[in-house]
Amino acid sequence: MELRVGLRKSYGTFFLDADFAINGERIGIFGPSGSGKSTLVSLIAGLHHPDSGLIVLDGETLFDSRQRLDVRAERRRISMVFQRPHLFPHLSVKGNLLYGYKRCAHRHREIILDSVVEVLGIENLLDRGVKNLSGGEKQRVAIGRAVLSNPRLLVMDEPLSALDDTLKFQIIPFLKNTCRVFEIPYLFISHSLLEMRIMTDQLLTIAEGRIAEETTAEALARARMGGSPEGYTNLLRLAAPRRIDGFYGYRWGDQELFVSAGSDEPEALFELSSTDIILFKRHPEATSARNLLKCRVVDVFEAGSRVGVELECGGQRLIGQVVSQAALELHLVKGSEVYAAIKAAAFNKLG
Amino acid sequence: MLSFTSADYSAILLSLKVAVTATLLSLPFGFATAYLMTYRKFRGRILLDVCVNLPLTLPPVVVGYLLLLLLGRNGWIGKMVLQPLGINLIFTWKAAVIATAVVGFPLMVRSIRTGMETIDERLIQASRTLGAGLFDSIFTVVLPLSMRGLIAGSILMFARGLGEFGATIIVAGNIPGVTQTIPLAIYEYVSSPRGDVMAMALCLVSIAISVVVLLFHEWLSARMVRTD
Repeated sequence: MELRVGLRKSYGTFFLDADFAINGERIGIFGPSGSGKSTLVSLIAGLHHPDSGLIVLDGETLFDSRQRLDVRAERRRISMVFQRPHLFPHLSVKGNLLYGYKRCAHRHREIILDSVVEVLGIENLLDRGVKNLSGGEKQRVAIGRAVLSNPRLLVMDEPLSALDDTLKFQIIPFLKNTCRVFEIPYLFISHSLLEMRIMTDQLLTIAEGRIAEETTAEALARARMGGSPEGYTNLLRLAAPRRIDGFYGYRWGDQELFVSAGSDEPEALFELSSTDIILFKRHPEATSARNLLKCRVVDVFEAGSRVGVELECGGQRLIGQVVSQAALELHLVKGSEVYAAIKAAAFNKLG
Repeated sequence: MLSFTSADYSAILLSLKVAVTATLLSLPFGFATAYLMTYRKFRGRILLDVCVNLPLTLPPVVVGYLLLLLLGRNGWIGKMVLQPLGINLIFTWKAAVIATAVVGFPLMVRSIRTGMETIDERLIQASRTLGAGLFDSIFTVVLPLSMRGLIAGSILMFARGLGEFGATIIVAGNIPGVTQTIPLAIYEYVSSPRGDVMAMALCLVSIAISVVVLLFHEWLSARMVRTD
């Protein structure tokens, strides 16, 4: 998907002036509340009209103030998933799912009801009304409805921010899977860097109505780790758990990680803060931490007043952080060997 | 034993006919006006608002008189549109329908608007991004979700129509069997000697119809809540 945008729009004292060209499939628009993210995407989707500018999607001009061209929202084939599901209350789940599909030209109907229903796991909901669905079910139906309209671009405007953490991490796999299986490019809007890291490959940051930079969520997370008391959050997708002495053992690369807060689910996502990783120059014969990993330093980088260390352990990557003094004492340079000690309780399961 | 004359029966039937016709006739216009006033920003919106609500504050007699001036032989509409088409409305039951529609219209619009204002605008936006054009969106999202307001507005207008007197007597007159509705018949009975009993009988009919209408409204509302 190739998107070229140059837009200006004023709302009272707020002024949006966004210029960018981006090529990719999983693009994030990241910024604090009130920075203009939602305004920008509502202009791209055609829900509001820019004062002036240009929108070109995959070579097709959707808006051009010079040519007085403004393709109507329903003709843009850009569907949206909003913060809340906004399902049509007078229609059944199936009626909601098929709303966009029925209005999609036959030649574009590649994604069909049965396959979406299967990916989202909503087979048993089809004939129900939407009012008594749970929050997670509603949001899954909303995703299905948007996807079934066979859009060329899916815009997700903070689709997870109204959900609690447990639900959020239950919905994320559905979102990711659906877009991957049906190959739908998307714009993902959020103010959560964690969501961005899970959902996007590229990132546009927006501040006070302007595009600040084009980066990746990963690079932004590293750049911000120095200024954050939580440091950098490592995300580990761990699978195949086994119970051992009150812990859960998960395969991670060619080693096993011991986790206190594991579960019997076949796969789970864990977060681990860079501040919870302790580095040793040599093998510390004994430690209370249940995980002691032999690692190779891949990169050492500035992170505010700290030093960030990228480690390679058994084919996997971890980011740790130390103070400058410790970096000197440990002789942290690319290629050096260290041992990382991590307590089993330091892993926090997401969802 | 009470016995209604044929003129009384026709007054009862005419009342129902006028109120039903006026309500059905006003529904599409009421819906369109409510939609414009709820969702559209345009110049003259306040003027439209004032015009729609004016019959609510004006004495019905004034509304009737203005309609007479407008629809009469020398009125703008009467002279320019109705006469060339060979249509005469004044002093026919159709004039009573128009008078009833104009007087009850603000009540209908208000009820529909109240319903429409509770519709989340995101639902309309969602339908647009899903490929629904403006009218498609209006018919498949706004209309079904305004149903409660439409029903409440219709019932309110129908009830108001049954009691319409001032505007009707001016544009339609009080011709027994032709334009005489229940209120007009009651008025005539009350003004004539020994008409009290018949006036009371027609009052009871009026009350009975109103009670039935209100019960119907309650039943319909309860049913809609259950469907929710």
